[in-house]
This record gives sequence, structure tokens and C-alpha cells, in this order.
Amino acid sequence: MRQQEKLIPYVLIAPSVLFLAVFFIWPLVEALLLSVRGPGGFTLEYFQRMAGDLYFQDAMRNTILLVVVIVPLQLILALSMSMLIGSIGKGRDLYLYIWTIPLGISDLAAGIAWLAIFTERGYFNSMLSALGLVQNPPILLGYESPLTLFLAVVLAELWRATAVVMVILVSGLQLIPKMYSEAAEVFGATPWQRFWRVTLPLLRPSLQSALILRTIAALEVFAVVSALGGRNLVVLAGESYNWYNVNQNPNVAAAYAVLILVMTLAATMLYLRLLPVRAEAQV
Amino acid sequence: MKTRGLYTALALLLSAWVLLPIYLVAVASFSTRNGVFAYPKTLWPDPFSLETITFFFSVDGVWPAVLNSCIVAVLTMLFSLLLGAPAGYALARYTFVGQDAYRLLILLTRAFPLAILAIPLAVRFLQLGLYDTTLGVALVHTALALPFAVLVTSGLFISVPRELEEAAWTLHCTRVQAFFKVVLPLVLPGLAATAIFAFTISWNEVFAATILTLRERTLPAFLLASLNDSPLPFRFAGGLLMVLPPMLFFFAIRKYLFALWGISNR
Repeated sequence: MRQQEKLIPYVLIAPSVLFLAVFFIWPLVEALLLSVRGPGGFTLEYFQRMAGDLYFQDAMRNTILLVVVIVPLQLILALSMSMLIGSIGKGRDLYLYIWTIPLGISDLAAGIAWLAIFTERGYFNSMLSALGLVQNPPILLGYESPLTLFLAVVLAELWRATAVVMVILVSGLQLIPKMYSEAAEVFGATPWQRFWRVTLPLLRPSLQSALILRTIAALEVFAVVSALGGRNLVVLAGESYNWYNVNQNPNVAAAYAVLILVMTLAATMLYLRLLPVRAEAQV
Repeated sequence: MKTRGLYTALALLLSAWVLLPIYLVAVASFSTRNGVFAYPKTLWPDPFSLETITFFFSVDGVWPAVLNSCIVAVLTMLFSLLLGAPAGYALARYTFVGQDAYRLLILLTRAFPLAILAIPLAVRFLQLGLYDTTLGVALVHTALALPFAVLVTSGLFISVPRELEEAAWTLHCTRVQAFFKVVLPLVLPGLAATAIFAFTISWNEVFAATILTLRERTLPAFLLASLNDSPLPFRFAGGLLMVLPPMLFFFAIRKYLFALWGISNR
């Protein structure tokens, strides 16, 4: 009986472990193999084809630029939103519901919503025309206008994915005991000082996980870009899709996938190094 | 008093920022075809019309795609609950060797861009006859939703006092009976919320669904594949249809979602 008792948890987790082994661990290995295994054994041919591709450098640059611009902006916006939620009494739940709506919206739908705004005869140009700023609507999402296309993608991503960061930060803020801030107040710290010296350092574990989660997601940005600009703005995940679907070459597609995986790991390590969370600091 | 007003103004502004794009895509979807291409645009449908929506649903392949999306999402929901809830229960009720390793495995899934893994899977699915099937897509979506299901259900089971279950055992219930008669009714609403969350993850997923299908497209896969050669009214109506179900679902289960994210009222 005792012996059987001990087995229960293993029986309960076994199905999910098996499932993740088949649909998570194994494809991870398989992606690696696809990208380096040619007809005659080990080869770097697919990585060379990837790196030599006409769009590779642009895709790499655009993806990294998007991460570098979007993630910090999201962090600032989400921090402001979570501090604001903390100071709002009435209607807090309603605001929380509205602000978290984008969490349930797919990247494709978000891209389409912003397409309605930034397309040639869209709402943004209509507003410019109503203000008398333009005569003929300019093309904002074309190949010839990389800057406005880039900005449109940044806005759409800010709109769509800031909620994730906010949710993590709001829950992190709730875990910080009020007495720290109150103690600082007793010693005469201004609200600004309390934010920088007390709240922010204590929020470090949440900041770390939010940054990791968002950077990973931003590195695989795809559908938003597709909906807004087609291939006018190339990104790594989009190239992977293109190599698989259009060029029918799963090996080069897998090479792109592996590259994204490696960049993900590198980003995670970087955050763990830059924002170390000491065990005793975890609230 | 002044700062209070400032806070409210900021909160309203942020709410407008979130709601405006959804409103505008809805306006476009409820305009006539001419209205969609009109310039400059008005901030409400002028005139209000169902032309764009009817056009969207009359396009070949839309209904099958919506149906496929529903099938895949329901399968994902079932798989992730059936696989995830037992594991959640194990994490909530037992301490066992290897439980930290298991938690690490669950967390690791979030550290990788999972959808990208559809590429190696597609190659294998072709050989197994799973390529271009709703089942194949649902299996990959389950891999996305399962970690959430495990973590969320474990939180649910922790919230049911162990004593209730033990009381049932002393009243000659078997473990299984005690679970179904005592624990399950208490966590049922939470399980429903978990299921809806899994449904939404699947409903929204684009990359894997597009890679793994050719004719049996889900709605987002169908939309993405036809992005380049479909007229704007079609895209806007499709976008609105993608947005609405998750919005309604999230509204219905918002209390559980807040609890799940750890942002419930103190």
C-alpha cells in the first residue's frame, strides 16, 4: 500500500511528460538534425545557404532592431500601467480587464487591426487629411517606406504584447510588502525616490521574467509583420516560413529555426547575468 | 484631489489606446465595400452595412476554416486538460523525487519559441499521415497549452483544503471517489476557465497551423495564406472574427484569469 502510494504522482505526471518528450524535446533535437544533416552526413550547407541568402542580413537586422526598440518601450509602458493600477481605487477591475484584452488577441488579428489604421486609405491618413497635413494619402506600409512600416510594426507590437508584461509586473508589485515603502516614507523619501530605490529593486524577479518572456516572443515576431507589410519588412521567423512554404526547403527553414533558438538562449543568459536574482531577494 | 483626476484621465487614455484599433477594425467590417475603400474615412460605419461580413463568409473556404479552427481548439482544450490536470493534481498534493525536474521541464517550454518547432514536426507528420489534419495541429497546440494547464490546475487543487479529501476517505470513499465527489465539483469553474484559456491559445495560433496544413486550414492559417491576394474588406472581417471570441471568453472568465495571473484583489 505504502509502495503504491509513492507511485501515484508518477502515474499522474507520466502522460504529460511523455507528451512533452514527443512534442517538445524531440522536435528540438529534430530541428537541430534537420539543419545539419545532409544526404552525405554532417553538413553546414544549409547554414551557409541561409547566411548567403539575399534577405538574411536584412531579416537579422530587422529582428534585432525590433527587439531592441519594442522590449524597452514595453517595459516602460507596462511599468507605468502597473503603477497606475496600484493608485486607482474605483474601477480598477474594469481597467484591468480592458488593458488585458490584447492578451487574448492573436498576432495576426492585431496586425490586421493596425493595417486598418495604417493602410493607404486608412484611419491614420484620414486623420492627417482632416488636420490638413496631407493632400494625397502617403503609402506608409510599402517597400519604399521602411521607416513608417517599422514604426507601424512597433506600435502594433506595443499594443498587442504590453499586457503580458503588465500582468507580470502587477502581480510582482502585489507581492512587495507595503511596509518597505512606508518605512522609506517615514525617513523622508519622495515618491520618486521610493519608486527607484525601493519598489524597482524589489521588483527585479518580475522584471527579469517579463524581459525574458517578451524577448523570446519578440524574436519570433512574424504574423504582425506579415499582416502589415507582407515581405516588405523581412524578419527571421518570416524567412523560416518562406523557406518552408515557398521554397519548399525544410532544411534551410530548420536552420533559421535553430538560429532563433540560439538567439533566444543567448538573450535569456544575458538577462540572467545582467539582472541576477539572489535567492533571498525573491519575495 | 488633482492627482486623482490625472490618474483617471491617464487610465481612460490607456483604455482608449487599447480599444480604438478593435473599434476601427469593427467599423471597417460593418461598412459597405465602398466604405472600406473610402477616403478620408469616418469614425463610424457610413452607411452601416453587413455587406463586408456577408462577403467574407461567402468566400470559398471560410466556413471550413472556421470549423477546423473550432475542432482544433476543442481538441487542444481536451488534450491539455486530460494531460495537464492529473499532473497539476500531483504537483499540488504530493511531494516526490523529481518534482523539481518536472517543474523545470514545464518552465523550459516557455523559454523556447515553440511554434518554430512546427517545422521539424511537419516533416515527420508527412511520414505519419498527420500532416494537413486537424489532429496534427491540435497536438502541436496542446504542446503550447499544456504547460499553462499544468500550472493553473495545480494552483486550483492547492486551493482545495486537503482535509476535505481526507474526510471523504474516512467516510469510506476510495481516492478516486473522493476526487470526483469532493474535489472536482469545487474546481470545476476553474477547470472551465483553464479549458477556455487553452481554447484561446489554439484559436489564436498562426505559425504552426500554417506550416502544418495545406487544405485543412484553420482560420488564422487561411487568413495568413491569403493575405497577399485578398481584398481589404476580406482581411478586416477576418480580423474582427479572430478578435471577438477571445474577447467574449476573456470577459466571461476574467475573475479566474486575474486569479491565475496573480492580480486578483488583495
